Amino acid sequence: MLRRSIEGLGQRTIEGVWRIGFAARFFGVMLLHSGTAFQRFGLTIREMYFSGVLSLIIILVSGLFVGMVLGLQGYETLQRYGSESALGTLVALSLVRELGPVLAGLLFASRAGSAITAEIGLMKATEQLSAMEMMAVDPIARVVAPRFWAGVISMPVLAALFSAMGIFGGYLVGVHLIGVDEGSFWSQMQGAVDFEQDILNGVIKSVVFGIAITTIALFEGYDAPPTAEGVSGATTRTVVTSSLAVLALDFALTAFMFRGIN
Amino acid sequence: MNRTVLDLWVGLFVIAGIVSLLFLALKVGSMNTVKTADSYEIIARFDNIGGLKPRAPVKSAGVVVGRVADIRFDNETYEAAVTLRIDKRYAFPMDTSAAIMTSGLLGEQYIGLEAGGDEQKLKDKDRITLTQSAVVLENLIGQFIYGKAQEGTPQ
Amino acid sequence: MSGFGHCLRVKSLQDDTLVEITDATFGYGVRQVLKGINLTARRGQVVAIMGSSGCGKTTLLRLIGGQVRAGQGTVRVAGESVGELDRAGLYRLRRKMGMLFQFGALFTDISVFDNVAFQLREHTDLPEDAIRDLVLMKLHAVGLRGAADLMPSELSGGMARRVALARAIALDPMLVMYDEPFAGLDPISLGVTGNLIRRLTDTLGLTSLVVTHDVQESLKIVDYVYFVSEGVIVAEGTADEIRASTLPYVHQFVHGEADGPMPFHYPAPTYAEDLGLEAQGA
Repeated sequence: MLRRSIEGLGQRTIEGVWRIGFAARFFGVMLLHSGTAFQRFGLTIREMYFSGVLSLIIILVSGLFVGMVLGLQGYETLQRYGSESALGTLVALSLVRELGPVLAGLLFASRAGSAITAEIGLMKATEQLSAMEMMAVDPIARVVAPRFWAGVISMPVLAALFSAMGIFGGYLVGVHLIGVDEGSFWSQMQGAVDFEQDILNGVIKSVVFGIAITTIALFEGYDAPPTAEGVSGATTRTVVTSSLAVLALDFALTAFMFRGIN
Repeated sequence: MNRTVLDLWVGLFVIAGIVSLLFLALKVGSMNTVKTADSYEIIARFDNIGGLKPRAPVKSAGVVVGRVADIRFDNETYEAAVTLRIDKRYAFPMDTSAAIMTSGLLGEQYIGLEAGGDEQKLKDKDRITLTQSAVVLENLIGQFIYGKAQEGTPQ
Repeated sequence: MSGFGHCLRVKSLQDDTLVEITDATFGYGVRQVLKGINLTARRGQVVAIMGSSGCGKTTLLRLIGGQVRAGQGTVRVAGESVGELDRAGLYRLRRKMGMLFQFGALFTDISVFDNVAFQLREHTDLPEDAIRDLVLMKLHAVGLRGAADLMPSELSGGMARRVALARAIALDPMLVMYDEPFAGLDPISLGVTGNLIRRLTDTLGLTSLVVTHDVQESLKIVDYVYFVSEGVIVAEGTADEIRASTLPYVHQFVHGEADGPMPFHYPAPTYAEDLGLEAQGA
């Protein structure tokens, strides 16, 4: 009984290490075969439409609501200390530094990441990838790499849109609904938000999240067992793994970037 | 390869992203990291800097003229050596004094510059000699209690 | 000099072998799927590889296409040893091969036309109107010129198979491999597909390798048959020889008998033992 559970544990560990190694090689091969994704940029643009443009609505609406909630909650807390005028700072800093990249990343993982995994998994299950190989076309270069670069380009765009939309939401609630002074809302924000330290770091975060999410999604699809359960399991794993990866990477990047400040 | 409707959507998507980045950069944030190229550094020594942090504003007459670039401890004089990066547009006389101030009672700390009357201006790597340290609240309270106690003693 | 050229011509006349597999083995992990296969396909022939499900027929096609490598033995296609080719060499060879997958494996996100045009666009610099003509010709050959603008999801199983066939012959390959082309087709589509394979092989000068377990349909069209069972070739011969064969395995297979060398029952303890009859008797 004990022996069997230890054996099982060992087997799962080996399996896990094996998968990580395969994923690393997959990532390397994908980068090596990225030439096609740029030479025939139309392929990448097409994928940007599916992962980026089609994620717009969920990103914009979520951003607006998150900003509005921040406006309400932020005001509620700040007015206790008589510093309502710092509402703009609070909304902008939390969105640009954290919530924009992270929430956009989580939404991207569940909207675009799951779609990528399901698509690649199904292409594998229906032998479309094999067929491509037999037609002397490399599926990594033709199918995988354009999706990767499309995700890496789309993610910062989506995060920036999320932040901008959120700040607009906070402005609507703070200035027009509650009545915080418009001038101090914007000027305090501008005084506190730094382009390099806050905005650029947010962009860097979103690029890193984009790399992580699309790599996980593509790998899960490529590695999925070619059955219906296999593909659905891989899709679930993509959302879980890439969401966790976003949160963990966010912690690491925040600790690294904002170490020296305040 | 022909142009498709899809390209239009992706184009709009990318432009929307750039516009929102511009919005973040111009309207939300400010490019207030003073560039090395159009700024000069001066050094001020303080006995005590209190809670001053790097990147804290340097103000003169209430206007931000620069940022604290670096704070170091001088192991020979046992003072804090604070490097201030000042915008090139603003020049200050040699006998300018620097003081560490607090915005409001509990707000962030910044450096206030008070211009003197010297003809000569401060140049890069110059040193400000007249400095006033941070007011440490605990010392202030201590002094206050001490003063009260002295008042109370019958003479 | 002239003697040398003469020599070459004679060789190519006599040696019209396109695919030659010698003592090939292959295994997934410890499970040996192929245990020493010898197989030859000559140019212009339709060769069938038959056997029950899961006997390694599809693996055989993967060996020829270079998607997996043989453990031992060699696989030669047009004189080149597939197992020893590097990536570029393999891709060069694959341009001269077409493969029809079991359920067509059409790209579901593009139209029928684009599916057939796929290889032409990937591998040639032909102008778009030339590609259009070629694609319509290939579609016409399989009788589906009218379906060019449909999406793969709008096709029936038989039509999808025919589109996939048009796609497989898009670059005029020398070898076309068919993985279970008859699986899941109604009787009419079955006949259509069978005739198509024979006709295309003859008119385009192809060589066809058909992996199937549909004996009756394939015996109508093939030149030569290999029977695979448990990883080895158990019988081979022309269609007539196979029909007349008295080998028990072939006989069972051709006539679709339930029990024979391939047992109906999965290995199990005796029936009586499982039902506990012996225990009662004791």
